Amino acid sequence: MPDFITQWLNQNEIFTAMTILEYWNGLVNTVQLVFLSLVIGLVCAVPLAIMRTSRNPFVSGPVWLYTYLFRGTPLLIQLYIIYYGIAQIPGIQETFWWEVFREPFYPALLAFALNTAAYTTEIIRGAIVATPHGEIEAAKAYGMNWFMRIRRIVLPSAARRAVQAYSNEVIFMLHSSAIASVVTIVDLTGAARNIYSRFYAPFDAFIFVALIYMMLTFILVFAFRKLENHLLRHQRPISN
Amino acid sequence: MLDLKGYGPELLDGAVITIELAFLSLAVSVTLGLIGASSKLSSNRLARGVATAYTTLIRGVPDLVMMLLFYYGGQVAVNNLSDLLWEAYEIDFFFQFDPFISGVVTIGLIFGAYMTETFRGAFLAVETGQIEAARAYGFTRWHTFRRIIFPQMLRHALPGIGNNWQVLLKTTALVSIIGLTDMVRVAEEAAKAERMPFHFFIPVAFVYLALTAGSELFIKWLDKRANVGVVQGG
Repeated sequence: MPDFITQWLNQNEIFTAMTILEYWNGLVNTVQLVFLSLVIGLVCAVPLAIMRTSRNPFVSGPVWLYTYLFRGTPLLIQLYIIYYGIAQIPGIQETFWWEVFREPFYPALLAFALNTAAYTTEIIRGAIVATPHGEIEAAKAYGMNWFMRIRRIVLPSAARRAVQAYSNEVIFMLHSSAIASVVTIVDLTGAARNIYSRFYAPFDAFIFVALIYMMLTFILVFAFRKLENHLLRHQRPISN
Repeated sequence: MLDLKGYGPELLDGAVITIELAFLSLAVSVTLGLIGASSKLSSNRLARGVATAYTTLIRGVPDLVMMLLFYYGGQVAVNNLSDLLWEAYEIDFFFQFDPFISGVVTIGLIFGAYMTETFRGAFLAVETGQIEAARAYGFTRWHTFRRIIFPQMLRHALPGIGNNWQVLLKTTALVSIIGLTDMVRVAEEAAKAERMPFHFFIPVAFVYLALTAGSELFIKWLDKRANVGVVQGG
């Protein structure tokens, strides 16, 4: 190893076992928060997207309003409303929910899940609307009922069209999750902010965490490229 | 009527700051985007490399982390520079890195990367025949850019610029975290002091909603104007 690196490693007071452990805990919190909100968001988004494409305005209207409100306002405000707002709901402090929502993790999870569900709903809706009409006609001709058409024809083909836009949303969510640190959650950014204020070393604290985020981003990009190749393998040019 | 408990004027000032911040960052990001796109399309390998590194780096790091780095790190860098200049040349130089400037720099840099991609695609969408024709008419490079490439590029870039602007507008809320008294910050302080979160955050949310909805209409109008004379397919 070059001399200056060993020298730097011996002299540095910041990257000790304690701070590395703090960053590690931050990483765990970030990954948990992002993963759970994405799963909840996706599970909610699929039925919402189907409702959003309904021709009945009483079904599609509320979903439109929901996505419009959540996509038109900053996530930070949604987080503040949920985080500060939940304690103000009359009577909540006597119920079991208070035990859950006292931890800042759960209000943040709720805010992130609602936000990503709104964006994902619109992504899936776009993909559903773009389903070639012939595919649906063919399914009808085969006698498939509505549910089976959705399950076997519309959703699989929509998933292929949605995966690219959804990968952007996932990366966006990872980056947005940094604001969890403002409601006292010690995620990656929260760990960096603690370490910054302890050592007054902005470059070490924030550049290190930026590199971790960048690594996570590249892992996601790589994984989604694999998934895309897998889903779209029927479109691959025949190898020569 | 909505009772803002005397925080009304402050909230209004905050809203003005939010809008100023958004427009200044937009100007920075469009400038950076044009430079970035030109570098990405240039034949100079160094320029291409720098532009690619820039867009990759920016898209890998959360905006908040970047903002904290510029805000806290920027001040430390300025202090160090100031000490150095004083010791070496006795030059008295100091500069306060305030949250507004950090916000404009960070948001400008981040969206500059997104604008680079938008403009790159738009430049590529201009037919080469158009450029060749301009050159054949004896247009200079600058003239070709100003009269032929830029106006046609803009039509292709508008939807992308519009999307970036909508995201940018919402990103401005983050500067409240580094202490700028924009409307989110005022609302947060008011909500804490009065213990009425819904009362202050929901109006602010609606201001954002009005801003995004207004921009959407404006962008649609611009798009219509830019596409005058284009026959839409399909």
